[in-house]
Amino acid sequence: MIFLDLFLTFFKIGAFTFGGGYAMLPLIQEEVISHGWMTQDLLVNFIAVSESTPGPFAINMATYVGSQVGGAFGVWGSIFGSFCATLGTVLPSFIVILIVAQFYEKFKSSKTVKGLMSGLKPAAVGLIASAVLTIATTALAPAGWSFGLLTSPDFYASLAIFALGAVLAFKKKHPILIILLSAGLGIIWGYLPV
Amino acid sequence: MKEKLKNCFEVFWTFFKIGAFTFGGGYAMVPLIQKEAVVKKGWITDDDILEIIAIAESTPGPIAINSATFVGYRAAGFFGAMSATLGVVLPSFVVILAISYILEEFQSFKPVQYAFFGIRAGVLALVIKALWTMYKKCPKGAVSYILLAASFVLAAFTDINVIFVIIGCAVFGLISSIIAERRLKQ
Repeated sequence: MIFLDLFLTFFKIGAFTFGGGYAMLPLIQEEVISHGWMTQDLLVNFIAVSESTPGPFAINMATYVGSQVGGAFGVWGSIFGSFCATLGTVLPSFIVILIVAQFYEKFKSSKTVKGLMSGLKPAAVGLIASAVLTIATTALAPAGWSFGLLTSPDFYASLAIFALGAVLAFKKKHPILIILLSAGLGIIWGYLPV
Repeated sequence: MKEKLKNCFEVFWTFFKIGAFTFGGGYAMVPLIQKEAVVKKGWITDDDILEIIAIAESTPGPIAINSATFVGYRAAGFFGAMSATLGVVLPSFVVILAISYILEEFQSFKPVQYAFFGIRAGVLALVIKALWTMYKKCPKGAVSYILLAASFVLAAFTDINVIFVIIGCAVFGLISSIIAERRLKQ
């Protein structure tokens, strides 16, 4: 049952993501790609879509994948698929927060929570770093890393766009500005007679 | 009863607005929550905001959902929590559902493909920036660096499920903090 699978998969993603946002990328990558619900290319494209639309990344991702997968059953299938995936993502947080809200004071001063967090924080950084690696391959070397890249004009073009984006990102420019600029440069590059 | 319904709707509407005007999610939402829930509605205080962020970070799930559920609960109990979560999710749900059709239609267009070629390079820059931000907030020290390196290597170069990496790091962090405390006592 595809809808149950959607719900359970995104429940798992929701339940095991700490730190929010990009920390959930490796888990999403693993689950969504191994199910064959999305390609790596599309996933990276969708990060950009998600940055330029309102709402949390995880919800956007769940809604999108749900609609794509459920789309095999028509419009209502795609809406129901989105619903199942989004509900799955939200439910673990919802339940946990309701429980924590009861034991607010205890939770705040709990040494166990602090200990667990001291392991989860570096794990999130390591996981994002591994996502960076896959995204770097998708963005710069879609056919894989090889010396052939050094003679590929596309490689230098994407490297230049990346470098400009990195400078702007560290200057705290808005992500949407960076995405629009990269899109514009990509179009210009595509139509350049090289 | 009527009063309660009105409260829930107010919570729903507030978080619907927050959900609709937050791009990038998570932390981008904090100033909006502060303005709406602290200044305008008085559901929570400024001190609460900091604690809510800390709790949202140390519980599973998206930060946006966690903080919405928490504030909603404080404002109007269980149904408040439900209204807040529904409110914050609904705008992205509707927008993305619409976009998933549009994206499908336009993906084969040449200019769109060229645009995404550039966008993928831009996304790489954004994710590296996010990595740097997360790294700065990460505790410094030997245990932390070992876990960081281990989770990177395991996630990037092995087939081990990411969930096991996460559980392993959490347990390792807990054990090492217990040992550190014992040493401190002696």
